[in-house]
Amino acid sequence: MALSDSDNATAAGGGKAQPVIRVVDLVKRFGGRAVLDGVNLEVYPGETMVIMGGSGCGKSTLLRVMVGSLLPDEGRVELLGRNLAEVDEPVLNSLRLRFGILFQSGALFNSMTVGDNVALPLREHTELDEETIEIVVKIKLEQVGLRQAVDLMPSEISGGMKKRAGLARAIAMDPEIIFYDEPSAGLDPVTSAEIDQLIMDLSGKLGVSSVVVTHEMDSAFRIADRMAMLDLGRILKVGRRSEFESLRDGPATGEESADLIRQFLRGDSDGPITARRLSTGFEEDILEAASGG
Amino acid sequence: MKGRAGQRNFLQLLGAGLVGVMCYVGGATFLLGSTLRWTWRGLFDRKVRLGRGALAFQMVRVGVRSVAIVCLVQVFIGVILALQMAPPLRPWGQEDKIANIIGVAGFRMLGPIITAVVLSGFAGASIAAELGTMVVSEEIEALQAHALNPVRFLVVPRVLATFVMTILLTIIADWMIAVGGYFTSFLVLKPEVYVNYWPQMQDQLRLRDFVAGLIMAGVFGVLISLIACYEGLRVRGGAEGVGKATTMTVVYSIVSIVGAACVFTMIFYVFGF
Repeated sequence: MALSDSDNATAAGGGKAQPVIRVVDLVKRFGGRAVLDGVNLEVYPGETMVIMGGSGCGKSTLLRVMVGSLLPDEGRVELLGRNLAEVDEPVLNSLRLRFGILFQSGALFNSMTVGDNVALPLREHTELDEETIEIVVKIKLEQVGLRQAVDLMPSEISGGMKKRAGLARAIAMDPEIIFYDEPSAGLDPVTSAEIDQLIMDLSGKLGVSSVVVTHEMDSAFRIADRMAMLDLGRILKVGRRSEFESLRDGPATGEESADLIRQFLRGDSDGPITARRLSTGFEEDILEAASGG
Repeated sequence: MKGRAGQRNFLQLLGAGLVGVMCYVGGATFLLGSTLRWTWRGLFDRKVRLGRGALAFQMVRVGVRSVAIVCLVQVFIGVILALQMAPPLRPWGQEDKIANIIGVAGFRMLGPIITAVVLSGFAGASIAAELGTMVVSEEIEALQAHALNPVRFLVVPRVLATFVMTILLTIIADWMIAVGGYFTSFLVLKPEVYVNYWPQMQDQLRLRDFVAGLIMAGVFGVLISLIACYEGLRVRGGAEGVGKATTMTVVYSIVSIVGAACVFTMIFYVFGF
């Protein structure tokens, strides 16, 4: 149950703009278990939407459904005005050229240099000559501060550089939306802050809409225009960053979902999330096993 | 009661096994269909690139790097055949027929089949490991995210390269078996065996023996690469999944190679080819 969803296009500074992504009553099951259970979410042009949640809450699945890698079992996902469940492969591919994805590991093609990785979508989907592609590659790598790495292989660069190179590849086709899957995971604080700055620059300077899936709270509060909290496959709250900041810094209210979000945002060891983990019938299981039942 | 339960379990296991085999064959056939479609489009649709650079790279990887090992193994096969055949033929005064036997066995069957078995370990396992690692490191998903079809981009060059290179390697392999048999005759057996070795072989072999072997080699090449790509692309569960895919590629490839060889032999026998 969402606590509130007071935010819409106006909150994102987008006036009455149509959302670039609309998720309606989305259900996604794996082996009968609903990983996403009635998710509703809208992302507006130019905004950075951060989707937070603990491990296994379904946020990466939500991202994969949003980009068309997985199909919903129920509900629908509209991306740039098209229902993803109704489009065929060529239309989906034409949509894919309008958004970019930064994968958790960077997902660079290990058999190619960093430069060739960035050049690949340009070579495959444009009629640009090799000289122009080379210039575009240098521009994109410069944007992420990696121009010197153009001839290096992915195995020769660090984790942070891989993510930046992955970002350069994601923006190679000048996308309207960029999806980020755990952009700060496994990075040192400085590199993490650099990636955050890149995300903000792309959003601020180029007007790109961003969807960021993360559980790194420092990063989330740095880059978000709006935030969504996902728990057990449901959106608990969608709101402006300031609302989440107030919730994080305010006192406990006694309302379970608000306290759960507060615990997550503050990273406390005590709270509803911990209580839920401890109430899984562990003692009963042990006693049952001991009595041979 | 226990018997019935046991019977049901056995039937359930049998059914599950059959369903598993059908799903596997169905999936691999679907991949083959998709590979053929993209190959066709790559050849005749100007908008679709076949990726000649990738094809050349794979041909070097699958074929050129395997030449030495294939030659070595096939020379051994020639030596083994010559030494195995000599004793039973000697009492009948037919030792010079070794060349006939090596010719038929080598060109029709052992050339393609041993080459394919070597390639299943050398190239097939490496393709499965490579694609499996790409799945684990999200590279396949990244390809799709860039509107690039993994079958066109990864499977087509590997299947085409393995198809072509298995045929070319088999041509070399056939001659290596013959050479192995010749040197064994020269070094170990009587002079009349090696003096008449090449004329005897030439007298025995027909073009169809050579062609039959090459047809099988082409099919073996497709089987190896298709199984390797299929196993690689369906990897789940990280490094453990990659290891399993690599092992299963070799096992399924060898089983399918021998099975296909058996079917081909029956067809050739029935039609007198």
